[in-house]
Amino acid sequence: MRLGLYLAGDSLFHRMSPGPKLATVAVAGTVLFFLDDWRALAASLGVVLLLYAIARVPWPVAVAQIRPTLWVLGLLFVMLALIEGPLAGVVMVLRFAALILLAALVTLTTRVSDMTDAIEAGLRPFARLGLNPAVVSLAISMAIRFIPLIAEITREVRDAQRARGLGRSVLAVAVPVIVRTIKLADDVADAMDARSYDPTPRSRRDHAAVAAADRDTGNRAR
Amino acid sequence: MQTKDIVYIALFAALTAALGLFPPLAVPVIAVPITAQSMGPMLAGGILGAKRGALALVLLLVLVALGLPLLAGGRGGFGVFLGPTGGFMIGWVVAAFVIGWLFERYWSRLSFLLAVTFMLIGGVAVVYLFGILWLVFSAQISVAQATLSSMAFIPGDIVKAVLAALVALVIKRSYPLIGRA
Repeated sequence: MRLGLYLAGDSLFHRMSPGPKLATVAVAGTVLFFLDDWRALAASLGVVLLLYAIARVPWPVAVAQIRPTLWVLGLLFVMLALIEGPLAGVVMVLRFAALILLAALVTLTTRVSDMTDAIEAGLRPFARLGLNPAVVSLAISMAIRFIPLIAEITREVRDAQRARGLGRSVLAVAVPVIVRTIKLADDVADAMDARSYDPTPRSRRDHAAVAAADRDTGNRAR
Repeated sequence: MQTKDIVYIALFAALTAALGLFPPLAVPVIAVPITAQSMGPMLAGGILGAKRGALALVLLLVLVALGLPLLAGGRGGFGVFLGPTGGFMIGWVVAAFVIGWLFERYWSRLSFLLAVTFMLIGGVAVVYLFGILWLVFSAQISVAQATLSSMAFIPGDIVKAVLAALVALVIKRSYPLIGRA
């Protein structure tokens, strides 16, 4: 299972740091929402496609970014075309295509780890309010680790319930899966607490007390 | 916030992601794919409560924004939020909060009927409110059109609300997390 949509490369976009890339998308996205002329929107889509060429994203990968949204767009297009004329539908489809492809380009050219670092850096000013950026990173990596674990537990429970003839019962599978994963979470939390994990931000900790406790344990160890 | 809360939040973000891994069930008559993923906010709210439940969904959205293909059908990345269905995803966070708040408030006298009602209020009414509002704004269609185009999903979501209520009630009896927080 390839987790992440990152596409390795060495283009201008791959080398750009995630912060400016996200800022560009935010600004460009806002502008796109205020463009109402189909020619301007078509030109914007052209620019986005040009950016894909510069980033050397293979054509099938670019198409794959928009494919899951196509049927929703199709439905909306039919509705708009019937009520407000085909041009309104074209404007809507062009705008969404440009927006989605532009945002997807950031995802395609940024490593998950770089994006995580960018988010952690962006959250740093909030540390004073009690939000610890390190906790956010921890939660992110834990959740990523939990996903295959939950999938595995689900497979085990489903096999066990199938043996009892309950393989098709949603409750008989869902409840044991959730209880088992909560117990797993409890064990993980206990293990972290046992290793003195402290979720409060460093800037809020009482440094003198921490130093004293460190000295204390140090003395005892000696 | 304690270590346990952080781990629970990560767990339910992962659980919601895992629900998206189940192959979508195509409903024969209306041909709309139904996924188990929208049960995520219902379960997170009903099992973890308002604050932790909402944070679990925020975490899932952060993971999606990071570029992980965790939404049903392998979707992910920033584009998802700007697409026509972006509002439903934001609605999940509020839904988990509302369901969690209602569950906490009525925790001691929670019946099956109450649980299903709460799931419907949060998991259907709140989610569709956000989804439809974003659809109206982003696709520039009328509220009636946006509502009409979302109707196909309502029957599936009602089934999911009933299932989520059943699961949350069994978890409440066997391994409650809200009362002892």
